[in-house]
Amino acid sequence: MNYMDLLTSQGAVGLAFVVIFFFLVIILAAAGRSRSVQNLREIQAFAKLGRAIGLAVEAGKRMHITLGWGGMIDLRGSSALVGLTVLERIARLASISDRPPVATSGEGVLGVLSQDTVSGTYKSIGAGFQYNPAAGRVTGLSPLSYAVGALPVIYDEHVSATVLAGHFGSEGALITDAAERSGSLSLAGSDSITAQSVFVASAQEPLIGEELYAAGAYINSGLIHVSSVRAQDVFRWVLIIAILVGAVMKMLGLL
Amino acid sequence: MKAPVSTAIAIAFGLIVLLGYFIPLPLFNALRDILLEWAIVLAGVAVFVGVANLFLVHGRKISRSQPGSGYSYVVIIAMLATIIVAALFGPTGYWSLWLFKNIQVPVETSLIGVLAIILVYAAARLLRRKLNLFSIIFFATVLVVLLGSVPLLGIEIPGLHGEFGLRSLLIQLPAVAGARGILLGVALGALAAGIRVLMGVDRPYGG
Repeated sequence: MNYMDLLTSQGAVGLAFVVIFFFLVIILAAAGRSRSVQNLREIQAFAKLGRAIGLAVEAGKRMHITLGWGGMIDLRGSSALVGLTVLERIARLASISDRPPVATSGEGVLGVLSQDTVSGTYKSIGAGFQYNPAAGRVTGLSPLSYAVGALPVIYDEHVSATVLAGHFGSEGALITDAAERSGSLSLAGSDSITAQSVFVASAQEPLIGEELYAAGAYINSGLIHVSSVRAQDVFRWVLIIAILVGAVMKMLGLL
Repeated sequence: MKAPVSTAIAIAFGLIVLLGYFIPLPLFNALRDILLEWAIVLAGVAVFVGVANLFLVHGRKISRSQPGSGYSYVVIIAMLATIIVAALFGPTGYWSLWLFKNIQVPVETSLIGVLAIILVYAAARLLRRKLNLFSIIFFATVLVVLLGSVPLLGIEIPGLHGEFGLRSLLIQLPAVAGARGILLGVALGALAAGIRVLMGVDRPYGG
């Protein structure tokens, strides 16, 4: 394959997309550094999450983050990455609580990563002694067994809020229903369309579409999180315009 | 492993796999395949770690007589029995498949039945929790698609069933359009999440 073929291949277009996105994030981060306030549209779920973390610490209750069962070596793992960011932030904020947060998952790698995230967070704030390996649990290795295995955590471990962030199917409703029955807050987002439709009905605070991926920006994980949300917005508009232009050109017989 | 080292390794490996996907050069493709094979092996090992973790969590629950520890006995006994049977007869042996067909399948099937009830109840609860135009449209759409998919008493209603019925219209136009819009947002979100990992901003590997 010669260089011209490489440059015009579909892969090169994909790579260009990623590279442009990367530089856009950097540029927007540099532009946003001077701003004291980051104007993001209000998402009620994240406002409630912030309050829930504070209330959990005050009331001596526990936050529960459940990461789904999507493997990290395929596309389904991307939403769990966001879940791990949320876990890291919650572990940091709730480190002074009597009951530290607990993470559940339905996949081996996610289980290891959740333990590593909690352990790394505690070490970074000089509270490594607080780490308990039971803070990151694999509750089952099939979607249903995982969901059912997560229920005792909600019912028996003084959980005040459950955050579902990862890949789920309709079994996610078992977890949100348990949260509802135990009187705790449920905030749920997923990359899966099935799970999103289930969460609209069953979760108290559902996150639709890319809202889950904006979690880091809303829970103050840093400037890059905010700028990546802005880069997503820019790219969304570019794609919308491209789709509309393509549709018009097709209608006019130009494509 | 110290943070800068683990972060550098993660970024380097991530970039190699990314380039392997986008640039069709034999070197990148070969490296990508090797790294993905390692990842698959490590994922298999992580399953063992996960099972050990499950065992420890339930063992601790029993030793501390925590609420629901009776269920933990069931989990541990069932886990050990399954491991012994699979070790003796192989994963596709008669007794391993017997366990799967006669215990796991019925239990999961009944859970799906419970799930159906929970979903109907959740849809009804949505109207009580958030009575607004969106909830009403959501509930009405669910009813129309359900009735359109499974006709009551086998009676087909004109305008609802059939190729050009309301159900087909809802599924083929607004549902597909909405799903594509959501998937576009999810794809951009996933791209942003991946970029943050490649930049070393998100470090889920504890670095």
